[in-house]
This record gives sequence, structure tokens and C-alpha cells, in this order.
Amino acid sequence: MPFIPHTEQEVRQMLAAIGAASIESLFDVIPREIPAAQLTRVPEGLSELEVSRVLRERAGEIAPMLSFLGAGAYEHHIPAAVWQIATRGEFYSAYTPYQAEASQGTLQVLYEYQSMMASLTGMDVTNASLYDGASGLAEAILMAVRQAKGSRRILIPSTLHPTYRKVVKSIVTSQDIEVVELMYCAECGTTLPESLAKFNNAAFAALVIPNPNFFGCLEEVDRLTDWAHAQGALAIAVVNPISLAVLKPPGDWGERGADIAVGEGQPLGVPLASGGPYFGFIACKQALVRQMPGRIVGRTLDLDGKPGFTLTLQAREQHIRRSKATSNICTNQGLAVTAATIYLAIMGPDGLRNAALLCHRNALELNAALKAKGMLRKFSAPCFHEAVFALNRPARSVLEALLQQHIIGGFDLTDDYPELDESLLICTTETKSHQDIARYCEALSALTTTTA
Amino acid sequence: MQTPVNLKYAATHEWARVESDGTVSVGITFHAQEQLGDVVFVESPEVGRKLQQGKECGVVESVKAASDIYAPISGEVIAVNADLGSAPEKINEDAYAAWMYRLKPDDLAELEKLMDATGYENLVAAESH
Repeated sequence: MPFIPHTEQEVRQMLAAIGAASIESLFDVIPREIPAAQLTRVPEGLSELEVSRVLRERAGEIAPMLSFLGAGAYEHHIPAAVWQIATRGEFYSAYTPYQAEASQGTLQVLYEYQSMMASLTGMDVTNASLYDGASGLAEAILMAVRQAKGSRRILIPSTLHPTYRKVVKSIVTSQDIEVVELMYCAECGTTLPESLAKFNNAAFAALVIPNPNFFGCLEEVDRLTDWAHAQGALAIAVVNPISLAVLKPPGDWGERGADIAVGEGQPLGVPLASGGPYFGFIACKQALVRQMPGRIVGRTLDLDGKPGFTLTLQAREQHIRRSKATSNICTNQGLAVTAATIYLAIMGPDGLRNAALLCHRNALELNAALKAKGMLRKFSAPCFHEAVFALNRPARSVLEALLQQHIIGGFDLTDDYPELDESLLICTTETKSHQDIARYCEALSALTTTTA
Repeated sequence: MQTPVNLKYAATHEWARVESDGTVSVGITFHAQEQLGDVVFVESPEVGRKLQQGKECGVVESVKAASDIYAPISGEVIAVNADLGSAPEKINEDAYAAWMYRLKPDDLAELEKLMDATGYENLVAAESH
């Protein structure tokens, strides 16, 4: 959908320039009997999200699937202006320029991105982004191990996204880092802080804390963070950026706050596209800034005292430190980050908060609707916009039947959690209407209450 | 170039000074700070760490480069100059006053493997040609 950028004032200025009194007067040459009379029965104005939905419905048979799939990549409403602006020639470049300071506009976008992400996560510093959430976590773990100067053991809960666990293991185990996995509580769906007691004094470099976790559940982040700090370990937060509009930011977790926060940036204005390109964000406390990988843009003054932007802390990086660089990755996901910056600027704090609240409200609505049909949540911990529901029959066959009705019903947990083969991970973002949720619940309950 | 005669020098551009209590202070030379330019960060070895002569033990970072520093003599780190954390530019202002860390040497005889002021000046002169 095209984005029409003219303000009323600009329209008036343009009309004044050509000496026209109004836009309507431009059509005076059309005989009066031809235009339709005053339109009646025209409904009140609709929001962009609602208009998009109407148009999709009227597109009929090519309408996209109704999706309740989340599991790490999330369908959100992206205002049309985001990609209209992001794909302007000035931004639409595949690469950050090598003579970085010649591209002040690119650096300013990255600086504003960093500022907004630092504010969202409650952390001191963020970089200009990494490849994706999973490799971002691997980088955070490498940071923690460098900082620990000794311990090469990391504690990771099994409630962390299974793909993140695989990526982390691929990257860090070949660097002699030991990854120890924590079992989750089968009733609440989170990591019980009490279960950490057996790791007391076991000299871990860091504890990874996903929130919401892969099951959509909210972990006891304050207690987990404080345990890590009491053990002399760093607390690494893995967070969904949209959720931070309503949840406590990692910088405020526990007594001292998480030390590093990472996550997948895709929910911020990047469409679902067969797995990418997405982008990872990483933020940390000031004390860790020299361990942080990748590019960091700083704001400074030039010789004439004029503000400008620069790539800073580069001495840690590959082109200077070679094999001793703080990261294998110096690049950033420039285009996706540009879209995220525009998305955050358009949404603003209130808009982001409204989107997050709507996601949560829809999750509560789905929960109530399924409960009325006798389908209950598998875990008791509070959730944000995603939850595991017990189906009491194999999830695979239910998902296949839903597909026949053009519904992507959720994520089948069987491969990653064999004990949850008769459960389904279901996500509801702000893109779902009451009718969508009702249609889904009808379809799902029809499949799970009839005999297979 | 400034090269105090009471110090010992490593080929990797660190200086070592034996203090009256038998401990050894370590820093980088005037020549090293001149080559690096404005120093913005110093990562010294932590107190308690045992260093081996000639092995890496920290990093000095300037606006244009980051260089490893090597232990000029073996021993245990007993103090780190905390002033450099907030004011790393002190290394540029006075390289021989800005000690980075102090250690309790394992064997002072190791100092014999280092250069005296004349030897170090010859080394720098040779490197610049």
C-alpha cells in the first residue's frame, strides 16, 4: 500500500502555488452530472491495519493463511510508511560504506537505532546490530567468557529457543566452552530458581535467561539474575523487543540488572520472509563495552564544533586486532535495522506499548476461548503473547488438518521436546481480530473433540 | 627520546623498575606511547595473576590501534594502577610515571635478559631505519 506523505499544510502550499482554491476545484472541467452525488452509507474511517485486512479478505482465494505460528519469528502489523521510507535510494544499500564517516546519514540512522534499543532494553550501550538473535546470543556468551577470564562454562535453560541452543553450541563448543543445560519445571513451564542450587559454586561464566521463554512463559527474571550475580556469573537476557514495551527491561532485572541483553529484532518492522533476513540486537553495561563485538556508532563534535557521527571503538575489531578481535562478525544488518528504526520512530513508545498490550490481550482472549472448549494451557506461568496448549492427541495430525482450512495452527514441539508431542505452541499478535481467534478456536476444538 | 637509565627495557617496548621494597613496576615506553598515539584504554593483568616473562598479559588501546603488552619479568601481580582506568592519557603525558601494574618477581636475575637504556635506544633507532 503506498504511503501518501503530504501534510495538509503542504497540500495548501501546492494549491497556492498553482492558484487553485481546493483540490476539488481541479476537477471543475468535469460536467457536474457525471460525478456521483454525495456518498451515503459510507462507514466511518478505518485504521490502516483494518483496511489492509478488508482488502485481503476481498482478494478472496489468494488470501494468505491465517497464522498462529510464532516460535521465534512473529507476524506484526508494519505501517506502510516503514518500507516506503526504508527502500528510498539513500537507505537501500546492501552494505555499510567502508569510508563510514562519509555517510553521515547512514551513521545517524544507526546511532538513533542504538539509542532506541538502549532505551528499550534499559542497557547502557548497544551496537549497530548482528546477524540474528541466535548468533547474537553466541556473541554474548563469548563476551561473558572473555570477561570471566577463567571459567568457560555456561548455563543455558532448556526453555531457551531450540535453534538458539543449536547455534550457540555450534559456535562456542569449538572454542572449548562447555554448555550445561537446565531442565524446566513441567508444571510451570519455566526454570525454577530453586533448581539452580545444585550449581552453586560451580564457577559458571554466565547464566542465560530467556524472557518470554520459548514456551511463551515469563521467567522469574529477578531471582535468576540475582542468583547469577551471587555466583559471580554474568546474567545474559534473551528478550523479545516488542514485549519490552510492557515488561521490565533487562537493565532493571534483579538488584543489579542483566549484564548483556540480546534478541531477535525481526518483530520490529521486518516481515516474515522464509526465515530472513532478520537482525540480532545486543546491548550491555558500560563496563563490558570493550568486549562487545561489531560496529558501534558514536556522536561527537568535529573540529568546527559541529555534531557528527563516527564509528567508534574500532581498535577491538578485525581490521586492527586480526585473530584477537572481539568477534568474527564486524558487519551489521543495515537494511533491516533501518526498517526497525523507522518502525520504532513511527510507533513511538505509546504505539509500541499499545501493540504489545493488544498482543497480550489477544493471548488472553485465545486462552479464554480455548478454555471454554475444554482446552487448557500446559503450563501455569504467566505468558506474553504465546502459550503451549494441551491437545491430548498428536500435534502433527492436528496441524495438517488445520492447513486444509488455510490455518497455520502453531508450532509442533515434538522434535525439540518429545514429551510435548501432544501439545501445541500457539501465538497471537495484534494482527489477529476477534473473528480470527473465534474461527481458529472453532476449527481447533472441532479437530480435538471429535474422535480421531 | 626519553630513556631513563635506571630502568630495564624489553624488546616489546615495556619498561621495568625495581622498587625499594623489591617489587617491580611495569609500564610502556615513551617510544611505545608515541607510536600508539592517544591511549584510550588499558587492560592490565588482574591482581593475583602469575605472569611469565615474555608472555602476553594485557592490552593497550589507542584511537588507532590495540597492542598486547608482555610481561618483562615473571612474577605475581600485586597491584594495578587504578588511575589509568579513568585517565589512560597519563601514559601519553608521562610514560615512565604511568606504571600499569606491580609484581612480586620470581627471580630478579631475569632482569639481566632485558636491555639497559642504551641498548633500548639502539633497538628503537634500528627499528626506525
